[in-house]
Amino acid sequence: MQSNPSLALSASQKVTGWRLFLKTIVARAYPRVIGQQREKSWIFFDIFLPMLGVAAYVYVYRAIGAPEEYVGFVVMGGAMTSFWMNVLWSMSSQLYWEKEQGNLALYIIAPNSMMAILLGMAVGGLFATALRAAVIIVVGSLMFNVTYSVASFTQLLLVFFLAMTALYGMGMMSASLFLLLSREAWHLSNLAQEPIYLVSGFYFPIKSLNFWVAAAASIIPLTLGLDAMRQLIFPSGALLGFLSVEVEIAVLIVLCVLFLTAAKFLLDYMEKLAIREGRLTESRR
Amino acid sequence: MNRSETTRSFTMATWLGWQVESNWTDPFLFAIYVIIKPLASAAILVVMYSIITGGAYNSPLFPYIYLGNAFYTYVGAVMAGVSWAVIDDREHYKTLKYMYIAPINIPFYWLGRGVSRFLIGTVAVIVILTAGVLFLHVPLDLTQVNWGLFLVSLLLGVTMLAMMGLILASITLMVAHHFFLIGEAVAGALYLFSGAIFPLEVLPAWLRPVGYVMPITYWLELMRRSLIGEVAQAFPTLAQYSNLQLLGILLGLTVVFAVISVFTFRWCDYRARELGLIDRVSNY
Repeated sequence: MQSNPSLALSASQKVTGWRLFLKTIVARAYPRVIGQQREKSWIFFDIFLPMLGVAAYVYVYRAIGAPEEYVGFVVMGGAMTSFWMNVLWSMSSQLYWEKEQGNLALYIIAPNSMMAILLGMAVGGLFATALRAAVIIVVGSLMFNVTYSVASFTQLLLVFFLAMTALYGMGMMSASLFLLLSREAWHLSNLAQEPIYLVSGFYFPIKSLNFWVAAAASIIPLTLGLDAMRQLIFPSGALLGFLSVEVEIAVLIVLCVLFLTAAKFLLDYMEKLAIREGRLTESRR
Repeated sequence: MNRSETTRSFTMATWLGWQVESNWTDPFLFAIYVIIKPLASAAILVVMYSIITGGAYNSPLFPYIYLGNAFYTYVGAVMAGVSWAVIDDREHYKTLKYMYIAPINIPFYWLGRGVSRFLIGTVAVIVILTAGVLFLHVPLDLTQVNWGLFLVSLLLGVTMLAMMGLILASITLMVAHHFFLIGEAVAGALYLFSGAIFPLEVLPAWLRPVGYVMPITYWLELMRRSLIGEVAQAFPTLAQYSNLQLLGILLGLTVVFAVISVFTFRWCDYRARELGLIDRVSNY
C-alpha cells in the first residue's frame, strides 16, 4: 500500500524539540482565542453579567456610605474575577473535561509535550480573558467615575505579569490534580468561587481580614496581586495595603517558581498514575 | 393531562435530582459543600459592611442586606436547578432524548429536578439566618415572626421562581452549552435590580423601574416584613403597600410568569424538535 505523499512529512519538515513545543503552545492557544470570538453570546455573558455583579457591590458600598475609592476596589476586583473563573473552569478543570469528551487520550498519544498543551491553554486563556477584564475595567470606571493615580507603571506591569504567571501556573498544577477526579471536579470548581472571593479580598482590602487569614490566602496569587495593584493605582491604596508592594512582588516571584515547577512534576506524576490505574479514558458520570 | 404521569414525573425527578446533587461524595463533605458557598457569599457582604460602618449591626440597613441576601439564595438555587437539568441531561448524561421518549411530563420532570436545589438552598438559608442571629445581632425573634405571611410568601415565591426556571429551561433547549449556568447567570443579573442587598432608591432613577417589574423585589420585601416587620418597613421603597397588596402583586406576577412559561415551553419545545436540538451535544 502506498502512502499519500501530500500527507507525509519529510524529515526536514518534521518539527521536533523546542519548535514542536512552541507550535503546540500556539496550536492549543488558538482555539482558546478564536473559539471565544466565534461564540458571540460569550461576549455578552463574560462582560455584561460580571458588570452587573460589580454594579451590585458598588451600590452596596454607596448604600452604606463608603468612600469612593472602594468603588474602584470593586471594579478592579470584579475584573480580576474573570481571571479566577478562567483558571478554575478552563485550566484546573480542563483535563477533566478533555477526559470526559475523549480528547485526553489523543493529547497523550500525540508526539507533543503535555506541558506545552497546558501552557497553550494558559496563554490563550490569559489573552482572551485579559480582553474581557480590560473591558470590565474601562466600562466600570466610566460608569462609576473611578479615577486612578498610578504610582509606578513599571511596578504595576510587573505585578500583573507575576500575578498572572503564578495564577496560571497554579491552574496548570491543579489541572493535573483534577485529572484524577470525576464529578468531584465540577463541584470543587463550583465551590472555589465565593469562598475565594472572600478570603482573597476581591471586593474589599485584604488587610481588613485577620492577618493570618490574609497570609494563608496569599497562596492564591490574585490575593497579593490584587492588593499590590490597588496600592499602585489608588491614592489611598497604600494605606489599605496588606504588605508593601516590594514584599508582595517578592512573594509573587516565589509563587511563580513554586507553581510552575510543581505543575511540571505533578503533571508527570499524575499522567503516570492515571495511565497505571487506567483512568485516562474513564468517564464516571 | 394524566395526573399520575405528572405526579410520577415530578417525584421521580425529585429523587433523581437529589442523587445527582449529593451522591458524588460522602454526606459529611456534602454538608460542608452545601453551607460553605452561601456562607462565604454572606460573609463578603458582612465584611464590606463592617469595614465601612465599623460593625454597626444595629442599623436597620444591616438586617435588610443580610436577610435579602440570605433569601436570594433561593433565586439561584431554584432557577438554576430547573434550567440546569436540560444541560445536564442533554450534554453530560446524554439522556434527554430518552426522557423525551419516556412516558413522563417534561416540564414537571424539570420542576422536580429543581427540588433538590431548593432543599439544599433551604439548608443554606437556615444556616445563614442562624449565623446572623447568633453572631451578628440580626433582630430575628421567632416569637414575633408573622408565620402565616412567611409561609404564604415562601410558597408563592418558590412557585414564581420555579416558573422563571421553567422559562429558562425552555430557552436552554435552544442554546448551546456554555461553561456557566444560565440560571445562575440570570440570577446574578437580577441581584442588582431586585433590591436584594440595597434599597432600590440607591439605583439611578432610570434603572428603578426594572426593579419594580421584578416579582423577586416584592417577594424579598414580604420575606423581610414577615420576619422583622418594623425594621423592614423603615425603607421607603415599598412602604406605601400593605402586606396584602404586596401578596396580590406577587400572586399576579406569579400567574403572569406561569402563563409565559407554558407558552415559552411550547414554542421552544416545538423549535427544538424541528431543529433536531433535543440530542445536541455542543461540547463547549
